[in-house]
Amino acid sequence: MTGAQALIQSLLCEQVDHIFGYAGATICPAVDALKEHPEIGYTLVRTEQNAGHMASGYARISGKVGVCMVTSGPGATNLITGIATAFMDSIPMVAITGQVPSHLLGRDIFQEVDITGAVAPFSKHSYLVKDANDIPRVVKESFHIAATGRPGPVLIDVPIDVQNQELKRFEYPETVNIRGYKPSVKGNELQIKRVIEAISNAKQPLICAGGGVWLAGAQAELLELAERCAIPVVKTMMGISLMPTDHPLNMGMIGAHGNACANKALVKSDLLIMVGARAADRAIINPAEIQRRMPMIHIDVDPAEIGKNMQAQIPLVGNVKVILRQMLDKDPPVADSAEWLDFLGDYRRAELNRQFPRREGYVFPGTVLRRLGRKLDEDAIVSVDVGQNQIFTCKYLPQKHGRLLTSGGLGTMGYALPAAIGAKVAAPDKQNIVVCGDGSFQMDMNELAAVRHAGMDIKIVLFRNRVLGLVNQIQRAAPYHGPFGVDLDGSPDFAAIAAAYGIPSLTADDEDSLDGVLDQFLAHEGSCLLICEVHPDVNTTD
Amino acid sequence: MKQTISVLVENRAGVLNRITNLFSRRAFNIESLAVGTTDDPTISRITIIVDSGNSVVEQVEKQLNKLVDVIKVRTLDENSLIGRELVLIKVNATPKTRQDIMTICELMGARVADISPTSLTLELSDTPDRIEVFEDMLRPFSIKALARTGVIALQKGSGNI
Ligand SMILES: Cc1ncc(C[n+]2csc(CCOP(=O)(O)OP(=O)(O)O)c2C)c(N)n1
Repeated sequence: MTGAQALIQSLLCEQVDHIFGYAGATICPAVDALKEHPEIGYTLVRTEQNAGHMASGYARISGKVGVCMVTSGPGATNLITGIATAFMDSIPMVAITGQVPSHLLGRDIFQEVDITGAVAPFSKHSYLVKDANDIPRVVKESFHIAATGRPGPVLIDVPIDVQNQELKRFEYPETVNIRGYKPSVKGNELQIKRVIEAISNAKQPLICAGGGVWLAGAQAELLELAERCAIPVVKTMMGISLMPTDHPLNMGMIGAHGNACANKALVKSDLLIMVGARAADRAIINPAEIQRRMPMIHIDVDPAEIGKNMQAQIPLVGNVKVILRQMLDKDPPVADSAEWLDFLGDYRRAELNRQFPRREGYVFPGTVLRRLGRKLDEDAIVSVDVGQNQIFTCKYLPQKHGRLLTSGGLGTMGYALPAAIGAKVAAPDKQNIVVCGDGSFQMDMNELAAVRHAGMDIKIVLFRNRVLGLVNQIQRAAPYHGPFGVDLDGSPDFAAIAAAYGIPSLTADDEDSLDGVLDQFLAHEGSCLLICEVHPDVNTTD
Repeated sequence: MKQTISVLVENRAGVLNRITNLFSRRAFNIESLAVGTTDDPTISRITIIVDSGNSVVEQVEKQLNKLVDVIKVRTLDENSLIGRELVLIKVNATPKTRQDIMTICELMGARVADISPTSLTLELSDTPDRIEVFEDMLRPFSIKALARTGVIALQKGSGNI
């Protein structure tokens, strides 16, 4: 058996059923070995970055490790943004790159780059395989590292001669033993007692839930804790779809671009319980101030997150699901929070009923999203890009019991469509929606080829405001001197682009007929593009 | 404040790069760094000295712990460690000055590593403070070259990092 065959065999041992990739000379042996295994699906992306994003969307929906595989040199460097995006959102991913022959490493030969060196700052770990006999162990360790503790991307760089080397024998290890890697799982019982005590003393407790809850699969535990203790919940962007919008304890998303109600809750609460959230700058604008006012409990699998952005009075390190279960087993008290909930509930209702502006010949994104969300399936998957479209979606799209996928940590434009494709591979029967801007769409619309090739049903909502909206919004405020370099003049006729890929489109430019258009859009069999005409001066605060 | 971080790592290519990355991305300077294998040839010990506040060092210690190749991390305070550094100093030495230099060497417990008609190369293994004193004492004779290894450290007593 060759190294390439051992690589594919190892992936099979990890139950890999799909790879997102792009071939090139140095990965050819692995691709050749893959050909023998039709049980592993393969999506040919149109640029390597999107192999990373697709693997990310796949991982987030399947709960498994996403796998992408590209060639050395430019293939590997193109993938870098995909890896960095996954790293910032703690997505379990294994990226495999081909590499030049090992005896030529370091000579700058054709298509050689030091990819393990390049991704070191934003990958969880990486391997440069020097001997094919190591491949089974390396793959086993990579999947283990990617999926456990705080998940993240792991890169395996395999020189072509190692792919061609014969193994002495193939044996897939059953266990891993990495002496420097032992993530904590259970929370400290003493600390849990302190948390319970803190909850019983609080009048205005608040849970702030982030992407870590999804990663641990702890949605049910989170909801149970909130409900049993009567504690309202705010979320970061990564945790947005953890609770349905109409849940009485849901107070929305915090942050610079979040819901007013959520931010109000954050400053007024007298006990903050952070669950799988890292209190980064976009979510918590003034951590020092919040800290001065209230004690914080921080529950996270990554000890390095605790005390990084905010000091925690009670740190609790371990798997979020396990810790929440430990807390629930202690019969946590019902907080004395009736007044607090009343107070926040008023804010929340006012915000949910907020009137959006109207403009002749245009639709307002908030209006489109509010109406669209009501019409979506209970478990729809929505992938949203970056910019005003992201902020509007996170703020106003009604959540049910589905998922919202976005690049929260790195804010990578062009994430939405490939992530949606990955999600579609993982869950072919779920309703699959993309929301994007006309700038973002032009970064990833080449992936319509993958949509077309697989005959996927993905509904794309495009907010066409003819500008890089969020930057335009920033430039129109102090200290800048007005918009520059944000006009998207020269953009194509998006309906014609979609048509070129065999995808029909609809236009929405009038709010009176909007419901009909949305119904038609969602009812269409197969992919469809909805072009929403949005005025370029629209602000996310409108 | 100067702090000594002692890190046990897998003895593998690329590990040092990952570790120094954690410092450089936070834009803080490593004052000294020494690497060598331990009694177990698969494990290396990296001794890092940084000059910065407690919270920064605490964060770096946590980030170091996250690295898969890092087995153990410990920040040692001044009083709980034995730290030593080796220095090689080449000074100008004529028959006239040689004896004065030798006297300094004797006082400091340094040895002569090499000798030539115009120079002496001296070696001293000691604490960084005493090495600095040694260097100051030799400066009047004109130092031609100097190399320091960086500090290596072990915990005092029976603790084993
Ligand atoms: C890859 C990348 N480049 C640049 C940016 C900076 N950026 C953030 S939002 C934005 C504008 C996005 O424009 P568009 O996709 O049209 O969405 P809109 O804001 O108009 O909804 C830009 C350029 C980014 N986030 N990602």
